[in-house]
Amino acid sequence: MGSAERLVSMALRSARPETLKSDSRQLDVTCRSGTLVAVTDGKMPLRAKVATSVSKTAAALSRAAGRGDGSVIGGWIGLKIDPELLTHLASGRAIALVSGTNGKTTTTRLAAAALGVLGPVATNSFGANMPTGHTSALAKAGATPFAVLEVDEHYLARVIDETNPRVVALLNLSRDQLDRAKEVAMMAQMWRTALAGHPDVSVVANADDPMVVWAAQGSSHITWFSAGQRWLDDSFVCPESGHPIERANGDWWCTGCPLRRPQAQWRVEDEGVVDPRGDWHLVKLQLPGTVNIGNAATALAVAAEFGVRPIEALPRLSTVASIAGRYAQVDRDGRNIRLLLAKNPASWLEAFDMAEQAPTLLSINARDPDGFDTSWLYDVDFSPLHNRPVLITGDRAFDLAVRLEVNGIPFRHVLSFEEAIRSVPMGRLEVIANYTAFQDIRAELDRVN
Amino acid sequence: MSTEALRIVWIFPDLLSTYGDRGNLLILARRAAMRGIPVETYSVRSDQPMPSTADIYLIGGGEDGPQALAAQRLINDGGLHRAVNQGAAVLAICAGYQLFGHSFFAKGAKCPGLGLLDLHSDRGETRAVGEIRGDIDPRLGLPPLSGFENHGGRTHLGPGVAPLARVTAGIGNDGQTEGAWHGKILGTYSHGPALARNPAIADLLLRWATGADSLSPVDDTWPDKLRAERLAAAGA
Repeated sequence: MGSAERLVSMALRSARPETLKSDSRQLDVTCRSGTLVAVTDGKMPLRAKVATSVSKTAAALSRAAGRGDGSVIGGWIGLKIDPELLTHLASGRAIALVSGTNGKTTTTRLAAAALGVLGPVATNSFGANMPTGHTSALAKAGATPFAVLEVDEHYLARVIDETNPRVVALLNLSRDQLDRAKEVAMMAQMWRTALAGHPDVSVVANADDPMVVWAAQGSSHITWFSAGQRWLDDSFVCPESGHPIERANGDWWCTGCPLRRPQAQWRVEDEGVVDPRGDWHLVKLQLPGTVNIGNAATALAVAAEFGVRPIEALPRLSTVASIAGRYAQVDRDGRNIRLLLAKNPASWLEAFDMAEQAPTLLSINARDPDGFDTSWLYDVDFSPLHNRPVLITGDRAFDLAVRLEVNGIPFRHVLSFEEAIRSVPMGRLEVIANYTAFQDIRAELDRVN
Repeated sequence: MSTEALRIVWIFPDLLSTYGDRGNLLILARRAAMRGIPVETYSVRSDQPMPSTADIYLIGGGEDGPQALAAQRLINDGGLHRAVNQGAAVLAICAGYQLFGHSFFAKGAKCPGLGLLDLHSDRGETRAVGEIRGDIDPRLGLPPLSGFENHGGRTHLGPGVAPLARVTAGIGNDGQTEGAWHGKILGTYSHGPALARNPAIADLLLRWATGADSLSPVDDTWPDKLRAERLAAAGA
């Protein structure tokens, strides 16, 4: 125990030096209270067991120290001790992976809720979507028969290799964090190669996105869903032939090769979902927007791969109210504040679709998790914000100011979230923010979930 | 196309629009309109003929495949060459800048460019990503360049062009110079909506296209705040 504590302490010190300085007393107490617990899976090698328990302890310490959800640090330490820890933790579970540029956190949450019909489900519901987050999630959950894991699109190949999933769901591919993300065609190629190496994996893929279809089409077991594609600018050129892609009435096809939209077995219709038998199911969600009905359709298609029927899953989908603060509503000083996360052009369009005609605060940062490049602001048409009071804030408010001016949208610059609240009348305040700006505002609202 | 309006063409948004390149079209159109200059804008897709009679042409950034395709189509079409020979103004960004030269590299192969700027591009050892800042050629009479660059190419200038700027932060062409200009053609690695941070370059293009010696001032409060913030952030 003593050596494990030292290891955690060393790892925390190297990872987050400021943590120990300010919170050393609290960490000590937590250590002595003895959170190192035996893991449940007796088949794991000793190294994996130690790694798992240390990982869980570190996560608890991180939470106790007020440093976050603890969903990354634990896995980081566990993988340092046992690099194959994720494989050990995945072994024996039926796993679904969910990846794509947008909607993966929400779809993962909905799919985990749907699979709950069958039994306990491990999931990385805080959006920590790299192998460290997967390791933490599985370690924390103990021996569950099922897991649904959100996977950052860059890591999909590695996580498929390490977790041997039953199902991989591919949602969409569009531009995101362009200063460091792989360009869209390269990402599609990586997915295609990864899936070609795992022909036994069932793929659940979006028929409306040409890049996704091309990435998935080599698999032998594919279920296609139709969740729409709001953002078209990254798939005008066929990834197979380089010829233009034509679109009409929801269909698409390459003008130079056989690549075209496959028939979807699951699709959104009105306020519901049509299943592969042709039965229509009303989808009642607490989450706003038609985009989330598409996410629900995807979750139902994933659950069906495990034998869960829509009629069993649907009541569970309707229990999901917010996900790590996304869509959360908070009442503060007479204002009903609703939080919408928008990380890239496609998700901004979705947020505008969800936001009511009410005063709206936009907040933009360009810190490491957001990407340092703000040029995507010009890929978003802000004109849906006409005719409502618009407030702007965040590290990169000036970029936003210039953008809105070009868009002809009046705005007011505020220096803090408090000032934003004071500046709007009683009633709804819609907040649309990119990743770290969203986390900043969520922190002001006591880390609302 | 009417004869009085300023005609602005955005070249191949279906191929070269990876980084908010639409911004330059919007900004030019807005700054012209604020001066009472009527504007017509045209987004010309890669399967459409390139008009040769517009006043300003904009070409943006993109991935290797679309870049090579765009160069090939522009060479075959010939409309852009005719426009440049007739004195059209051009703003070429990133991949679009590279393809204005004699040659560039895409997908590991050397590709022929348009040959409208005396330069050629190859691959650098590292990708240049981050804030860029430079002192613009004094003959152009513009304040410092501010931008964000993200490219794997390095560009070598021939005697037929001048550097757009001397780099004071970032990489640009080669760590020393950034961009190029000749006649009424401007090329730069300051990518995407470069004119958002450089309204003076937008006004230069408008002056070139209209023949006006000067333009009436407009309220640049927010672009000025943005420029000050980003020039400071570049730390040069």
